[in-house]
Amino acid sequence: MTEITSLSLFELIKNIKEKNISSNEVAKSFIDRSEKSKKLNAYVTENFENCLKLSKEFDNKPNFDLKLPGIPIAVKDLFCTNEVRTTAGSNILNNFVPSYESTVTQNIWNEGGILLGKLNCDEFAMGSSNETSFFGNVQNPIAKDLVPGGSSGGSSSALAANLTPITIGTDTGGSIRQPASFTGTVGLKPTYGSCSRYGIVAFASSLDQAGPMSKDVKDSSILLEVISSFDKKDSTSIDFQRNNYSSELTRNIKGIKIGIPKEYRVDGMPGEIESLWKKGIEYAKDCGAEIIDISLPHTSYALPTYYIVAPAEASSNLARYDGVKYGLRSSGKSLIDMYEKTRSEGFGEEVKRRIMIGTYVLSSGYYDAYYLKAQKVRQLIKQDFDQAYNKVDAILTPSTPSSAFKIGEKSNDPVSMYLNDIFTVPVNLAGLPGISIPAGVDKNNYPLGLQIIGKPFDEQTVLNIAYSMEEKINYKNNITDWWME
Amino acid sequence: MDGIMSKNNLEYLIERNDNVYEVVIGLEVHAQVTSNSKLFSSSATKFGAEPNTQVSLVDAAFPGMLPVINEYCVKQAIKTGIGLKAKINNKSVFDRKNYFYADLPQGYQISQYKYPIVGEGNVILDMPEGQKHVGIERLHLEQDAGKSIHDVDPNNTLVDLNRSGVALMEIVSKPDLRSPDEVNAYIKKLRSIMRYLGTCDGNMQEGSLRADVNVSVRIKGSTDLGTRCEIKNVNSIKFMQMAIIYEANRQVDLIEEGEEIDQETRLFDTKKNETRSMRSKEDAHDYRYFPDPDLLPLEITDDFIDQLKSEIPELPDDKKKRFIDEFKISPYEATILVSDIDTAKYFEEVVAKMGKNRDMKLAVNWITGELFAVLNNKNIEIANSPISAKNLAKLINLIKNGTISGKIAKTIFELMMDGDIDPQIIVEEKGLKQQSDPKALEALIDKIINDNREKAIEYKQGKEKLFGFFVGQAMKVSGGKANPQLINEILKKKL
Repeated sequence: MTEITSLSLFELIKNIKEKNISSNEVAKSFIDRSEKSKKLNAYVTENFENCLKLSKEFDNKPNFDLKLPGIPIAVKDLFCTNEVRTTAGSNILNNFVPSYESTVTQNIWNEGGILLGKLNCDEFAMGSSNETSFFGNVQNPIAKDLVPGGSSGGSSSALAANLTPITIGTDTGGSIRQPASFTGTVGLKPTYGSCSRYGIVAFASSLDQAGPMSKDVKDSSILLEVISSFDKKDSTSIDFQRNNYSSELTRNIKGIKIGIPKEYRVDGMPGEIESLWKKGIEYAKDCGAEIIDISLPHTSYALPTYYIVAPAEASSNLARYDGVKYGLRSSGKSLIDMYEKTRSEGFGEEVKRRIMIGTYVLSSGYYDAYYLKAQKVRQLIKQDFDQAYNKVDAILTPSTPSSAFKIGEKSNDPVSMYLNDIFTVPVNLAGLPGISIPAGVDKNNYPLGLQIIGKPFDEQTVLNIAYSMEEKINYKNNITDWWME
Repeated sequence: MDGIMSKNNLEYLIERNDNVYEVVIGLEVHAQVTSNSKLFSSSATKFGAEPNTQVSLVDAAFPGMLPVINEYCVKQAIKTGIGLKAKINNKSVFDRKNYFYADLPQGYQISQYKYPIVGEGNVILDMPEGQKHVGIERLHLEQDAGKSIHDVDPNNTLVDLNRSGVALMEIVSKPDLRSPDEVNAYIKKLRSIMRYLGTCDGNMQEGSLRADVNVSVRIKGSTDLGTRCEIKNVNSIKFMQMAIIYEANRQVDLIEEGEEIDQETRLFDTKKNETRSMRSKEDAHDYRYFPDPDLLPLEITDDFIDQLKSEIPELPDDKKKRFIDEFKISPYEATILVSDIDTAKYFEEVVAKMGKNRDMKLAVNWITGELFAVLNNKNIEIANSPISAKNLAKLINLIKNGTISGKIAKTIFELMMDGDIDPQIIVEEKGLKQQSDPKALEALIDKIINDNREKAIEYKQGKEKLFGFFVGQAMKVSGGKANPQLINEILKKKL
């Protein structure tokens, strides 16, 4: 039999249900491999002992009707987990242990999932390479000293290295799709309002959305079905009819109209991205889709708009980390002094940069020129998509303008780092579902992803297109376990 | 007071040299919404609980916690808006007001900035010189902050978050008030309306009602507004009045000395009776207001508003009008009786229990006289009156039908307080029924005249003052029970 850890979620569930393997065996396998993979630095907090205990409990009293029967799962450390340290990759929450559980993770435990550990991420999800984490860089299992993407970099690394069968990330401007693209995995950002934000450490509230990251499309559909739910505890959660994503998953996409936005051909885009996109178009045609050229005229404004809206919200969302109630507190001579020391020591450079940008764009005299204008442009970007969706059912683009880069390569150049999000950010601004699937490799054999963007609440079409293209592309990661030496 | 001239006792004006100034006042009243739970969480809101016992994860701003609007608080704000005859906005937006303070866990207060839930309205004040209309600019919903406690631990400030997240209505008036008396009437009227509606208990001791007071002065007759100062967070009507008087005089002095008034935020020091600069316009916080992305705009349908309108009770202005029309009492009496909803209720119950032969004058006098005196003395709310409306009505009826005299009634009233006793029972048990049998009274008077022959003769000779002596004797002998009217008649006849 193949290694347990290389099985897909779907295969694991099948084997557990057929009693070929026990939950405890599965847990042991992932824990064993995780123990041997510390060099990747994917975990911030391990929950191995407890995971083994719970898997035994599951095996003693199995419930095979659950959707994730006894499946160990590591999650991004942005999800608050009851009695398990939750850091958001920040020193300011270094010792924070929540007394509550996020709705998304609770949904997973309710369906039989077992927490394996908390995965590294960029500090407060601000970053595209996992280099802003207080807990250090994460290695991409694809090659040494390669970034795993970000901000869900611990998640993408752990997933690609088979340290967890599946995982969840959060995506504010591409933080699920970009790391998936960098690690040859699948990452889905659902429609804004699909997965509850309750209990997720907030970055930019109007953009944040949790979503599945998996080895293949089918696995993402299984996990989406579990985590997507209407939640009264989140006022922006939307009460819509959710599909049975996994059972409705089909490769029959004949006649589906897929739009190709001309504005996504950006200056300086590597030729291999261009050719990947062309290949993707051919795959889509092979699957029976109809390809239609479309225009999303305000695309070039998306990145500046995002880098106003997201820092603005973040500057306010992060005001609660003040040393008064929980988390790090540095001693100071006065309240203000304590604030300044706590926040200076507690936050890293990138977080400080964004707090300052956000504070600036909201300040009186600048609000209209920046924040208000950005909100207006955001509406225009949304309208672009609305109009496009009069003609097409989904949109196909590259996931990122390049493959994974080396650790340190861009860390001193924030703008070039921000440019990484150029294809993913418009999707967040418009609140749409988007998936990244692995579609090929660049000249270094580093994975490249394609993005499929759907209509609001139409995750099913997005998944179906991805599922059918995935079969045609037939991508396989080539991972050598180099870090185990 | 020095420098204050009052031409007709009604206007509040300040005279310096040859200039006469009037004071322009606008109030931002913070009224705590009567609600069992907070504006965006389900924590309790009871006053006086142990510190930090009414705090949820949302109130303490734990990571990932999200606000969820309390529909009841929204209804309360709309009802208040209706009571202020104000426009209810179909769409309003919650904004974040960002600033750092130890008792502000989120680092921002959720408030409404550009789009409040309630727009312009109007409040009528009953002033001695007549009615005065005060414009309402807006009413919006916002969260209260927690409380910093500086005087318990010598080295640390402690924070109590029980109040953090409690719903407040900020009611902003137009700069329509002109005197401390009008401010008094305005606050009392607002409180009265909200108590009728059950939307705010108006308890100033417990901080349920407090105000920021905006004060400016100008030459009487001018239509331009002067530079204003805002006096923050004043928590009693008396202090508001003191602060206004101090501040207005301070501003007039500055103007008279040829100096400019700085637009600034000031604090009222209740011990020194003065206002002090807290921060100038230049140091004003930049609150970086922006719409709270955790909350959707509040959308309210006309049906929803109509439903709430149908639940609005009769409010003081309407009740006053009805009392005057229906019960033929004076506007002054009606104003007193409607000012507090429980008083109005009590009065109406007395009226109802008096039945057909009701005597409004007696009812008003007994309530605003004897009863108010007792309640004041004992510091009891009328809702907890030691004498029920039913029994007071009985007492009034006993007077009205001649069973007892007004004087005996006062004795009975005292006795009734010991457990709300039925006055009829007291009358019977103590034998306090009025002597109204003419024959018995004649016999009694004959005996008195007999016993005081000389005085009777003196009276007949013209010493009319002695009539009182005979009445007094009759009352004394009868133990106060003799019907005074009958005594008068019989005495006149017999003497």
